[in-house]
Formats: sequence, C-alpha cells, structure tokens
Amino acid sequence: MSARFSPGIVLILLLLAAFVLAAAGADLLSPADPLRQSLLLRLREPGFASRTATYWLGTDDLGRDLLSRILYGARASLLVAALSVSVSLVVGTALGLLAGWFRGWTAVLIMRFVDTMLSIPAILLAVLTVAVLGPGFLKLVMVLGLTRWPRYTRVAYAATLQVAGLPYIKAAEMAGCGATRILWRHILPNIAGPLMVVATSEFGLMILFEAGLSFLGLGIQPPYPSWGSIMSAGRQYVTRAWWLTVFPGACLFVLVLCVNLFGDWLRDRVDPRSRGR
Amino acid sequence: MIRHLAGRLGQALVASFGVLTIVFFVMRLSGDPTLLLVPEGATAEQIAALRHALGFDRPLFVQYLSYLADLARLDLGESLVQRSGVAGIVAERIPYTVELAAGALVVALGIGIPAGVAMAVWRGGMVERLLAGFVLTGQSLPTFWSGILLILLFGVHLRWLPTSGADGLSSLVMPAIALGALTMSTFARMTRIAVLDELSRDYVSAARARGLSLGAAVARHVLRNAAIPVVTIAALEVGNLLAGAVIVETVFAWPGIGQLAIQSIAARDFLIVQTVVLFVSVVYIGMNLLADIAYAVIDPRIRLDR
Repeated sequence: MSARFSPGIVLILLLLAAFVLAAAGADLLSPADPLRQSLLLRLREPGFASRTATYWLGTDDLGRDLLSRILYGARASLLVAALSVSVSLVVGTALGLLAGWFRGWTAVLIMRFVDTMLSIPAILLAVLTVAVLGPGFLKLVMVLGLTRWPRYTRVAYAATLQVAGLPYIKAAEMAGCGATRILWRHILPNIAGPLMVVATSEFGLMILFEAGLSFLGLGIQPPYPSWGSIMSAGRQYVTRAWWLTVFPGACLFVLVLCVNLFGDWLRDRVDPRSRGR
Repeated sequence: MIRHLAGRLGQALVASFGVLTIVFFVMRLSGDPTLLLVPEGATAEQIAALRHALGFDRPLFVQYLSYLADLARLDLGESLVQRSGVAGIVAERIPYTVELAAGALVVALGIGIPAGVAMAVWRGGMVERLLAGFVLTGQSLPTFWSGILLILLFGVHLRWLPTSGADGLSSLVMPAIALGALTMSTFARMTRIAVLDELSRDYVSAARARGLSLGAAVARHVLRNAAIPVVTIAALEVGNLLAGAVIVETVFAWPGIGQLAIQSIAARDFLIVQTVVLFVSVVYIGMNLLADIAYAVIDPRIRLDR
C-alpha cells in the first residue's frame, strides 16, 4: 500500500478532496451570500473587516465577498467538468465499441466522423456552438460533452479491436452471448483502464474550457459565480484589485495541476510501460 | 510516395468537407439562423424579409447545397452589421493572428526543445526534476490567468511592456509567452521522449565507444533523428495556437481573428464567427497534411513506399 501511494500522490489526492469538499459544502463554508451586493464595500482588499464581517479574500466590483464566490465557483467548475466528461465518455465509448465490434462500414463511418471532429479545434467549436445556442448551464455541459468525445472513441476503438480477437470473447460468442452482452460485460471492463486515463486528462481540460468560456462571457452567466467570469470582471480592475485575478486563477491553476498529476499517476498504474515518460 | 500522399490528400479533403458540414448544422442548431445575423432591434418584417432574401425559408437540403456552392466559389457572404464582405473583414485581421502564433511558436520551440533535450540528457537528476516542474506548470496554466499576471507584473508594476494592443515587437512579447506556454510544454515532453528513444540506440553507444562525448553525440547524431517526431508535432501545434488565440487575443486586446470572433458574437455577426472557425479548421487540416508530407520527405521508409 505504502509503496503504491507515494507522499506526492497522497498530497494531490488530499488537495483534490479539498476542492471537492469546498464545492460540495459551499453553502456551509461560505461566510457570506455570494450574490449579495453592497456598493459601499466595492473592491475592498483581502482581510478587510467591516463592522459585521471580515472579507478574507476581499470583495469584487459589486461589493460581493470573493471567498464565497470562489467557493461557489468551485462548484460550477467541478459540476460542469464532471457532467460534460460523463457525456463525452458515454457517447465516445459507445461509438468506439460499435466501431470496434462491427468493423467494416460502421467503423469507417464512425472513425471518419472522429477524424473530422478532431480537425475542428475544440475550443472554437465550443465557442461557436455556445454562441449559437445561447448561454445556459445544461447547454454548456452538452456542448462541451458533445465536442470532446472523439478521443474516447479512438481509444475505445483501438482497445476493442485488440480485445475482440481474444479467445475468451470467442468463447462467450459460442456460448450464445449477444453483441450487447459481450460489449457490456466482457469488453467494456477490459478497456476501462485506458478510458479512465483519457477521462482524467479530459477532466482537467473541461475545467479550463468552462473557465475560458465563462471568461469570454459565454459560460456561466452573471450574477452566478464561475472562476472564469470572476477573472473576466477582475481584468477591468487589474490595476486596482489584483485579488480578483490572482485568487480565482490560483485555484484554477492548482486544481488543473492536481488533475493532470493525478492523470499521470493513473496512466502509470494502468500502463506500466509509460512509466517515467 | 505518390500513392501515400494522394491518400493523405484525399483524407484532408474529406475532413474539410466534414468540417463545412458540421459548421453548417451548428449554425442551424438554434432553429432559425436568420436571428444570428440580424442586428439588434430589427422588426419582425425585417427579419422575415431577410429570411427570404438569404434563402433560410428553403428546405434544409437546398440550403446546404447552396452553402456548399457559395463556399466553392469562395463566397463567404456579407456581414449585415458591418455592411461589407466577410472575407475582407477576416482577411484584414489574419496577419495579426499569424504574427502572434509565430511569436508563440518561437517561444515554444526556443524554450521547449532545449528543455526537452536537457531533461533527456540529465535524466533522473535535479535538472530533470526542475524542468519537469516547469513543463507541468506550463501545461496547467490557463492562458487568461497567466496573461493577466504578466500584464500585472510587466505592464502595470514594472512598466516594461505595453499592457495591450498590437504596437511593435514589445507588445508581442507577453501575448506570445502566454499563448506559447502550453505548446512549449508539449515540445519539451515530446523532445524528451524522442531524445530518450534515440539515446538508447546502438549507434549512440557506438559513437560513444569511438570516443565521442555525450554532448557531441547528441549534437551530431541524436538531434537529427529526434527531429522527425518533433517536426510533425510542430505542424499540428500551429493549429492549436490559432485556436488558443481566441482567448489570448481577448486578454491582450490583440486585433487578430480570435478577438474578431468574440467581438462578432457580441455584435450578433455570426457569418464572421463561422468564417473564422472554417478558416482555422482548414489551416489545421492543411498543417496536418504538411506534417505528413514533411514526414514522408524526411523519413526514407515512407518515401520509398514501404
């Protein structure tokens, strides 16, 4: 146990757990209502104490408590990332399994579609689609989920092709299992490792995409907090209120860094050949 | 080699056609594309008249064919907000984005490749660990955050560099660094792997046995062979840099196609957004093709049609 979990990975897991707890417990942990404005308290410095409350991370341009907004922003960030990764994981894996199992024309059609999707830079496709559809939490999740599935399809397709030829699959087929049962019960569990590695790296990317779209004004809409939209507002006050940029950005950076490190660790465990690469 | 390249060209054409199709359908996801093109405050009659004039009341399939026909004639339409050709509006901004992407590529190659070589040569030591942290940082930094931090430090605090706009080389430095950081990490990682692969080959041992120093072996033999995968990635990264420009240009008020796209969304001028997406995607596909050709030219195993 101790040999598998180095102190580094324990620290990363603890940090990730802290982010998840902050997001889940935003209601309990927030010292103030993240939407309550107070024009008397605009752009106060971190640690500013009014008669009734202390603003540990300062306030924004509308006098809202930055710490509370960052906590709720963590919720938006993790929720969007988790849901959109789930959408793309399901869609991408299903298409990859189908292509790998049926091969022939099914595979040609699906994999050509994958190539095409991969030739549009994802952030641009997301920007265009979100702009056409208009803002909204569910729309954001669907757009991110439906632009980022092709990587799963590639991995699932290659893995299915490899597994499908193995004797135990032939045995299951001869025992009378249908395609659905074989794919679900026998192939999927065997290709889950590499898919999880892709999902982790995509999770970090989705967090960045959500923040980026919100920064551009296309993601989570005001007054609801997202790290991206806090920074977008902060950019206008960058000379007067550095905290609006530094704190949410630091959270974003540390979270993505932890996700990426966790992804590397997971990849090394799933595929020992990649170790140290 | 001809057959190999013809196949790749065919793939590129299919992908381009696919991109056009996807963009066509995305533009119609909202139900009525007319609403994406009218300026704010248009009356219902104006919208109806425009819908008819643009042919959006025809069957979808007919619209699709006429869209393809227009694009085949390189007719990208007219901006109803700016009352001028979309192609011209976008073309005006392209040099700025190219300048930014080139700057970012210089940053990425200039730092990424030496860092990758150093990580491979001094594997397992302090140098590798330090550089690995540096690379990981570059990989996880959101461009809009690093961009604003750079502005805060070098623009506002130290006053060394202009905080925004495109005015000479000094204004290019910060956006190029912000945009190039991620690509720099990619180059460093790929170079490290490529050099490590080459270092374990027999010819390196042979060269060392003949008395060549490690540095000389790397400089004379390893780098040349390790360049092949790196060149391929460089071509692909150009596409990513163009896409990443959307955010970086917004942060630095850099007047390229990325900023144009975001401004056009706010102005409800979607033909411009569509054109930017099509342009970047086609460049991306083109760079992929170039990478394939470069690969074939560099690597005799492909050139000889193995």
